Amino acid sequence: MTVLYALLFYVATITLVGGLAWRIWQYATTPAPLKIPTTPAPTTRGGVALRMTREVVLFESLFKSNKWIWLFGWAFHFGLLLVLIRHLRYFVAEMPSWLVFIQPFGKYAAFAMLLGLAGLWARRLLVDRIRYITNPSDHLMLGLLILIGMSGAGMSFVAHTDIVAVKLFFLGLLRFDLQPLPLDPLLLIHLLLVAGLMIIFPFSKLLHAPGVFFSPTRNQVDNPRERRHLARWAAQLDKS
Amino acid sequence: MADFQTPLFREFPAAPNTLVAGATEHLSPFIAKPNHNQQLGFPGELVENWEQKAVAKLGELVSKSRGLRVFLDACVKCGSCTDKCHYYQGTSDPKNMPVARQDLLRSVYRRYYTVAGKYFPQLVGARDMSREVLDEWYSYYHQCSQCRRCSVFCPYGIDTAEISMAAREIMDSVGHGQKYCNEILGKVQTIGNNLGLPGPALKATLEEFEEEMQDDTGLDIKLPIDQEGADILLITPSADFFAEPHIDGLMGYAKVFHEAGVSWTLSSYAAEAANFSMFIGSYENMKVVAERIRKAAIDLKVKRIIVGECGHAWRVAYSFWNTLAGIGSGGDDPYAKQLQQQLDHSYPIPQHICEFTHDLMQRGKLRFDKSANDHRVLTFHDSCNVARASRMGDKPGGQFDIPRALLRAACNNFVDMDPDTIREKTFCCGGGGGLLTDDLMEIRVKGALPRMEALQEVVENHGVTNLAAICAICKAQFAKVLPYYKFGMDMIVSTHQVIGDALVLTGSNQEQALQGEAEAAE
Repeated sequence: MTVLYALLFYVATITLVGGLAWRIWQYATTPAPLKIPTTPAPTTRGGVALRMTREVVLFESLFKSNKWIWLFGWAFHFGLLLVLIRHLRYFVAEMPSWLVFIQPFGKYAAFAMLLGLAGLWARRLLVDRIRYITNPSDHLMLGLLILIGMSGAGMSFVAHTDIVAVKLFFLGLLRFDLQPLPLDPLLLIHLLLVAGLMIIFPFSKLLHAPGVFFSPTRNQVDNPRERRHLARWAAQLDKS
Repeated sequence: MADFQTPLFREFPAAPNTLVAGATEHLSPFIAKPNHNQQLGFPGELVENWEQKAVAKLGELVSKSRGLRVFLDACVKCGSCTDKCHYYQGTSDPKNMPVARQDLLRSVYRRYYTVAGKYFPQLVGARDMSREVLDEWYSYYHQCSQCRRCSVFCPYGIDTAEISMAAREIMDSVGHGQKYCNEILGKVQTIGNNLGLPGPALKATLEEFEEEMQDDTGLDIKLPIDQEGADILLITPSADFFAEPHIDGLMGYAKVFHEAGVSWTLSSYAAEAANFSMFIGSYENMKVVAERIRKAAIDLKVKRIIVGECGHAWRVAYSFWNTLAGIGSGGDDPYAKQLQQQLDHSYPIPQHICEFTHDLMQRGKLRFDKSANDHRVLTFHDSCNVARASRMGDKPGGQFDIPRALLRAACNNFVDMDPDTIREKTFCCGGGGGLLTDDLMEIRVKGALPRMEALQEVVENHGVTNLAAICAICKAQFAKVLPYYKFGMDMIVSTHQVIGDALVLTGSNQEQALQGEAEAAE
């Protein structure tokens, strides 16, 4: 089982990192032929950085649009962020003090995450407009995330697993020195689902995470009159 | 009047409608004739193997546009945009929800260009390219006015306009174009304007307007055309030469130019600001049309270029002209320099007529008799392309503040509509994006609903009599749909019409009358 999971995590990591690198490279190298920021837009690069920060940290556009989706979406993402940070403890031998400090926050953030996911799923089922645009994969994604959250929270709050052994297993993976993984069913489910999520990430709508940074309506500077913006393929068409 | 029902005003416009599946699936514009398509470089009719060719074209477009690629990948189906489209609000058709409209194309992209769609099509809603899909595209991508309202509310900035442009480009590339846009683009490329108005006819029309202004003001106000060596080239939508209330706007610009004492000219070769190539997503055609303006500017040796009241044209001019034809500043390549060395960069290039008038006003060069507009209570309709795809002035949001500042300077009674329906949240008039054609009247009337509801509210509560706009399409659309909602068609006015009516020209009849009144009062 240890070998199986070790292999699984190597494959999942390679897929996640390789897949994302490939998609990001694709986004970065695909030209943007025209200036299409949604205006009013910032007129400087600094302004764009600020706009992007508000978008990524506060979900500004979503807030303008729909307070319920914003509330559930933000609770889920912020909860997930804290939970992920908390999980760093399994990958470092010595915990820095800030990581120790954040542990309880990360622990209870699981509830924000699960509540947000439940809210989003409820809207998907109950609001006719959102039900209409939902594909089976959208339900599966929510189910996957909820199961990951529940199995993880289960180990934190209900049936503790041997986290010292878990930590040794992951540190071992990092050093290519396999250590035994505890055969706790909750842990095995949790890890299996996480590896699954890592593998489908670069092939799914989770690409919204890197995608938002490349969205020309949000990341372009509003200065088309002052600077001539020209894509490579479009420059070929200029004949003076 | 028509074989459809004008929607009733809703009690709570902000509450989302219940879906009515297939409510407007019967709506499709006329298909372009072979010669309409061919003159733009597209096949005349639906080609053989069009399914494969359409899929290949989709791949090509995705590889050429980062926006399209990101927009097709990033949607998480959160539902934020679902109630934002005026066509959805006016029809309740689920396929008029922005995300559902995008999915018509996204489903095909997923089938052919994503791993998930290739191997698990049902799971991710991927579809094969088929006749049914093509018909759906043709119908629903012509029920999108590319107004970008949805993109304001999307957490990833996904812009349905870009997707609808891509879909139309794909359909054109396999010979399935829209008559209205393609026929008009043919005219602008051969004759120089959307109307197909030849130079001599245009000159005769302008002379009539000069006479009218002479009768009105007692002044010799010119509408110069093809004047080599003029300082300013005015590029304005050709509707300004023949339609109401556009003509009154044109005379408003002429009065401002006259009072400013600048030398300016129109061009018969480029007598059109509109560039419908944007609506059909064709970069190449957009460049061809923009290059007519470049050529006119070079031939007439002008130093400045000013654009008249037209929404999508201002987007093309402000956001794209520098890219397409080097009309702007800051170009360092030979192509851009050829024109830019001739231009005077102490002014914005291109400059919007509202920016020009506002600048004069700021410098105290214009006098207004606000009482000339006392028979009006005005409100202002932000045109979508000006609001969400361009700017005026130095600061973000100038596109909202500058036209309002002009109107407030020219009248005593100005009221804004509901804040959720103006500025960046403005609702489209319902006729933009290549939909301003009689064969789409039903969707035009229904799509106007949210704007009409906001208008009704200020009419009832503030006695608003007139709606001012800065877009040729908005003006033509409102003149047509206002009566469906029991408003007068002459409620719609041009912004520079209001300005022209209040502007006190030096030496004019109006100035004398005002002086007479002042003396009588003493």
